[in-house]
Amino acid sequence: MAGAAAIAVGEAGSLRRPRGIALPAVIFAVFALLPAFAALTAQHYLVDTGTRIVVFAVAAVALDLLVGYGGLISFGQAAFIGLGAYAVGILSASGIGDALISLPVAIAVSILFAWITGIVCIRTKGVYFIMITLAFGQMVYFLATSLAPYGGDNGLTIDARNTIAGWQVLKNDTAFYYFALLCLLASYLLCRALIVSRFGRVLRGVKENATRMATIGFTVQRFQLIAYVIAGGIGGVSGFLLANSTEFVAPAYMAWQQSGELIVMVILGGVGTLDGAIFGSAVYLLAEEWLSGMTENWQVIFGPFLVLVVLFARGGLIGLSTRLWHRFSHG
Amino acid sequence: MTATLFLVQVLNGLQLGVLLFLIAAGLTLVFGVMDFINLAHGVQYMLGAYLAVAFYGLVGNFLFALILALLASLGFGLLLEFLVFRHLYERDHLDQVIATFGIILFLNHAVRMIWGAAPLNLPMPEALTGTVLLAPGQLYPVWRLVIITAGIGVAGGLYVLVTHTRIGMLVRAGATNARMVSALGVNIKQLFMIVFGFGTMLAGFAGVMIAPIISVEPGMGTNILILAFVVIVIGGIGSIRGAFVAALLIGLVDTLGRSFSIDVLHLVMAPSPARTVGPAAASILIYVLMAIVLYLRPAGLFPARGR
Repeated sequence: MAGAAAIAVGEAGSLRRPRGIALPAVIFAVFALLPAFAALTAQHYLVDTGTRIVVFAVAAVALDLLVGYGGLISFGQAAFIGLGAYAVGILSASGIGDALISLPVAIAVSILFAWITGIVCIRTKGVYFIMITLAFGQMVYFLATSLAPYGGDNGLTIDARNTIAGWQVLKNDTAFYYFALLCLLASYLLCRALIVSRFGRVLRGVKENATRMATIGFTVQRFQLIAYVIAGGIGGVSGFLLANSTEFVAPAYMAWQQSGELIVMVILGGVGTLDGAIFGSAVYLLAEEWLSGMTENWQVIFGPFLVLVVLFARGGLIGLSTRLWHRFSHG
Repeated sequence: MTATLFLVQVLNGLQLGVLLFLIAAGLTLVFGVMDFINLAHGVQYMLGAYLAVAFYGLVGNFLFALILALLASLGFGLLLEFLVFRHLYERDHLDQVIATFGIILFLNHAVRMIWGAAPLNLPMPEALTGTVLLAPGQLYPVWRLVIITAGIGVAGGLYVLVTHTRIGMLVRAGATNARMVSALGVNIKQLFMIVFGFGTMLAGFAGVMIAPIISVEPGMGTNILILAFVVIVIGGIGSIRGAFVAALLIGLVDTLGRSFSIDVLHLVMAPSPARTVGPAAASILIYVLMAIVLYLRPAGLFPARGR
């Protein structure tokens, strides 16, 4: 098949796909052991921090699927977090507080929104794509601020965390942490499986050279739309988790700054590695926590740090550490 | 919805429009000529306002404060270009987004550390504090008219600069194909620096002009940045003419939408839901407009790029 040949040629070059399981195994092992470590050292806030990292890592992994493998820089990923969170909030306000209903609804709403807006977004390219995803994000944001029955600007408080088939297991912070980690693992495995599948090969091919892929005979936009919809659905999962972990929903979840932060997480870790997205959200949120303990205006330190990462650490922190590793291990 | 009220809102819309144009003009040039996404353009507008407040405190004269703030904005913009931006022109858009996002974080909070989080005020020049009578019983502040006039003046100046001077010709050529211009022997780095400095100064100018009628506070640049991006995307990246048309369009649509959305919705729905839906519909209006424009014309109304 001509398509397979073209892809095989590209694969030797810059078409990356996740290889090896050592790094992700280490990452997930660290996450799995975190509550035990927190209990041993009596630092219970670590579980809260860990939950935050895991929740945002879910959205970041999905964004990396778009940015790193599809070449689609979405500046509206936070909209899906918001949609998922509001699905939980609104259902809970109407007396439905079970994850068996709210999680599928959160995903369905996000997928639906991604599908409708994706049809418009995918038509545009490059910078215009960044801006139109931003525009749709802003639409949802303003829509949420106007939801007067559900708190408007101030957001709404959720009475209790969702139950699972009536079972109040998520009330326990550690149990919730593991539930979130399970969602992260599922999202990660889904994205990884997609990337190595035929679908993923086409998507990566489109990122390298859309014209060539179209010439071979692929309907480029359909592949991009499906990637966008999947990333949106996973974003909804992240929103479901965020609403449940904070027991609060607010329009700020989908402010454009939040989308910006997600992009920062992905790039900080290293675009197109999936592991990097998880690593990046950990580094970002830990840096936030650590620096904000030192000074109220922690961004004054973090901002220049980002600039330095871009200027001197190409490929993000994963890229940097890989290069350092190679330098030391090969002399 | 009387005719005079409508007139007032049209003037307000024009004022917002020219303000957006001042910011978007620099942004679209930097974007078009250098293919560089500068998210930090909005903080330069904020910085202009803060610098004007600071210099006003020193010299006590609006005009001097304006001139000093413009020079300082220009200097700061060139410094940023030298330290950070020129190393990013060859990079992909993602790197540019992150680096300039970092600069936003830094400047927003540096400003908060230096001047505090509380909003500041810049007094307007004594002679221009008054109002004019638009219609019987309908007063309109002179300063807003000054902003409109200054903005249209700048737009006219830019038009002449871009279409009738050598540097303008180079800028247009650069927006169409920067590499070709470079191959023809033009010092493209120097051109980039001039365009960048000029764009920064325009954003600073917008900040100074709006400072007397809004509160000067950290973060004032971020929301306007998004609007400016909407403007340049609708107008077509790299096109000054597109930026002007789109800025006025956005200014008018946003202002009129906010003023009359509830009244318009009254026509089709009951008063109570109209009051709830109205403000939301008004906030969303410009983004809907942008989505429609991009759906019909994926490269904006006046695409400048030849490729």
